[in-house]
Amino acid sequence: MIPELGQFALVLALSLALAQAIFPIYGALRGRVELMAVAVPAARGQFVFVVCSFVALAYAFLINDFSVAYVAANSNTALPWYYRFAAIWGAHEGSLLLWVLILGVWTTAVTVFSRELPVTFRSRVLGVMGVVSSGFLLFLLMTSDPFTRLDPAPLQGRDLNPLLQDPGLVMHPPMLYMGYVGFCVAFSFAVAALLGGRLDSAWARWSRPWTTGAWVFLTIGIAMGSYWAYYELGWGGWWFWDPVENASFMPWLAGTALIHSLAVTEKRSAFKRWTVLLAILTFSLSLLGTFLVRSGVLTSVHAFATDPLRGVFVLGLLVAVVGGSLALYAWRAAKVRSIGRFELLSRETMLLLNNAVLTVAAATVLLGTLYPLAMDALGLGQVSVGEPYFNSVFLPLGLPLLVLVAIGPLLKWKSERWPELMHKLRGPLLIAGITLLVLSWWFWQVSLGAVLGITLAVWVATGSFEVVRQRVSGRRNPLAALRRLPRSIVGMALAHLGLAVFVAGVTAVNTFESSRDLQMRPGEAYTVGDFTFRFDGTQSIQGPNYQATEARIEVLREGKSVTVLHPQKRVYQVQRSPMTEAAIDGGVFRDMFVALGEPLGNEAWSFRIRLKPLVRWIWFGAVMMAIGGVICITDPRYRRLLGREAATRQGAVAKRFSEVRT
Amino acid sequence: MTRRRKRLVLIGLLMAGVAAAAMLALTAFQQNLLYFFSPSQVAAGEAPPDYPFRLGGLVVAQSVKRVSGSLDVRFQVTDGNRSIPVTYTGVLPDLFREGQGVVAHGQLDADGVFRADQVLAKHDEEYMPPEVKKALQVSDNDANPSRSSGGEP
Repeated sequence: MIPELGQFALVLALSLALAQAIFPIYGALRGRVELMAVAVPAARGQFVFVVCSFVALAYAFLINDFSVAYVAANSNTALPWYYRFAAIWGAHEGSLLLWVLILGVWTTAVTVFSRELPVTFRSRVLGVMGVVSSGFLLFLLMTSDPFTRLDPAPLQGRDLNPLLQDPGLVMHPPMLYMGYVGFCVAFSFAVAALLGGRLDSAWARWSRPWTTGAWVFLTIGIAMGSYWAYYELGWGGWWFWDPVENASFMPWLAGTALIHSLAVTEKRSAFKRWTVLLAILTFSLSLLGTFLVRSGVLTSVHAFATDPLRGVFVLGLLVAVVGGSLALYAWRAAKVRSIGRFELLSRETMLLLNNAVLTVAAATVLLGTLYPLAMDALGLGQVSVGEPYFNSVFLPLGLPLLVLVAIGPLLKWKSERWPELMHKLRGPLLIAGITLLVLSWWFWQVSLGAVLGITLAVWVATGSFEVVRQRVSGRRNPLAALRRLPRSIVGMALAHLGLAVFVAGVTAVNTFESSRDLQMRPGEAYTVGDFTFRFDGTQSIQGPNYQATEARIEVLREGKSVTVLHPQKRVYQVQRSPMTEAAIDGGVFRDMFVALGEPLGNEAWSFRIRLKPLVRWIWFGAVMMAIGGVICITDPRYRRLLGREAATRQGAVAKRFSEVRT
Repeated sequence: MTRRRKRLVLIGLLMAGVAAAAMLALTAFQQNLLYFFSPSQVAAGEAPPDYPFRLGGLVVAQSVKRVSGSLDVRFQVTDGNRSIPVTYTGVLPDLFREGQGVVAHGQLDADGVFRADQVLAKHDEEYMPPEVKKALQVSDNDANPSRSSGGEP
């Protein structure tokens, strides 16, 4: 009964989504207020029904209702309740439902936080979101119904893929989807602005916090995915240039470009057309990511579906949304004019270069991801594009970007003079110069890349500090000045500092990591650097739904025990598949990573032992970027200005109403 | 500089940058494209010598041999028609098993042995790497043309 109710709720949600798509847009076109008024209640009603449907599926999972095919395929009575809950998005149908649910969250957030927007504009925004939601609800109901019954119901479920039985599963997909789907808001704002023909700095100011919000979630989502891969996929890498990772990285690159170009559009009324195009492209890349991951054209842990109908449907949706919005862009964008002028040496130019680099980076990832698919589809042979390609492309793209990151925020808008720039840059130049000299002295034989990477990290970090210092120093009361700094400046500085931390981490791991596969018998030891890893033997462990062999590895430094690691080899009872659970001792400056391989006879086991310096900085950096984004969103100026504009506009609307009435 | 000049400089710079990036990407692309070959194709000499590629198929039953005292492994990969010997040093992935599908990354040496530096076996019991599936289907069809090609290998 409950599953049927869940399905029925989805049908109701679809009809409300259609209402939300059709009436407000048509109403905005004809200037009919009563039709536009449908937008908010339809959006909220739709959300309520999607929540009902989601709760119904969650209930089916929690009470182990194996008469629902999706539950039977992805759950098991032995699974702990939190994994049974997270198993909702452990496969295709449920993760699509999560997608729609999160779109509902964002749509409802728009209805709540944008009361001050002009009515026609808000109706168009919600209407566009309704179109997207209708498409996905149709997809869900027609090709991937999560509530299909199984008759007769099996006594036991097939269990969740053991790889997914991890706290990472509980958080990673929802975060990532919050990011993907959040760009739908920026997209809807852009399309609404194109529909209305009004594209000014107020528009940019409205969409900035939403875009940054989506970007924060995507950043966290990607970082969590990377961390999850690091400790769960077993072999200690943090990024594999797997097509599915690329699918999330492309919208991140485009979204990062969008955040920066929105800044120019808001402050200087420049780059307008480019910003709109970028908003459309960012969401298109999010959709492409969904398509690549969910249609089964890619093969990886993430790809669930192999039903060709699904692939065709998502592709159709992709073509409709991307093609439609680009056609609208081609039709309307000519009306939009940028008015802000700027000199060659100015913050605008820096942000333009930033956008050029980030867009080219996104394009190279796109090329590397789609080319093998195209080759295969055309029957030209099966190829793959691996890590070397991406590394050799990203290095030359990233270096100039890092140089610019420190300079851009120090420049004035519109025009800056070289001598002044040099004066502002003397601190960072001095510190980065000294770093370069010192590092070259020590490391130039070891690795040129390491010297460059660390120097650039220092350069970016000092540049970020310099932005804050120049606004504070020379004031009578520096502390008070620090407290009065605009939040957007603080957020930006923190995010750029996060980038520096990230770069330092990546450089250290790539250059100074040591990794070794070896075999040990109980009592034997392996020494790397200062650390000695001693294998003390294995024992059997019984988990809730698996059995494991656990090794004991004691780590010693100068004869003293540092830590004891317990890597495991698990066999899950239902799916009978082995799983490596690596043991990691994390630290600020280094991680020790031990994975248990296989028994080699004679009590000997194979191990993979890795010492990874600064690896955590990679995720620290990402978290700092995200926190920086959050600080930017809380800048009171977005609310203040919105309030003031709304006040004047509501006055105008009220006036017009009274004119209509009389 | 006039505004027009400035704009031209800016556009020129951007174009040069994008062109350089495109050049770079395409060169990197050419150099790093990895082809996939089935054991039959390798046996027929279609795979390039001294150049890395990916080899996929099923691990032949009872072919996995460990060299005692080291992490060296030898095994055979087959598509049903031909099989190719593979050597690898290191820890094998969790789902590496005889009779299962694998994809190995490496180079063919002069004696026709494939030296793998990476072995992938996917993390799903039902999962078959699509290249392997296709390679098996092709060899299946060659062997008995009467059988339908859509059948699961």
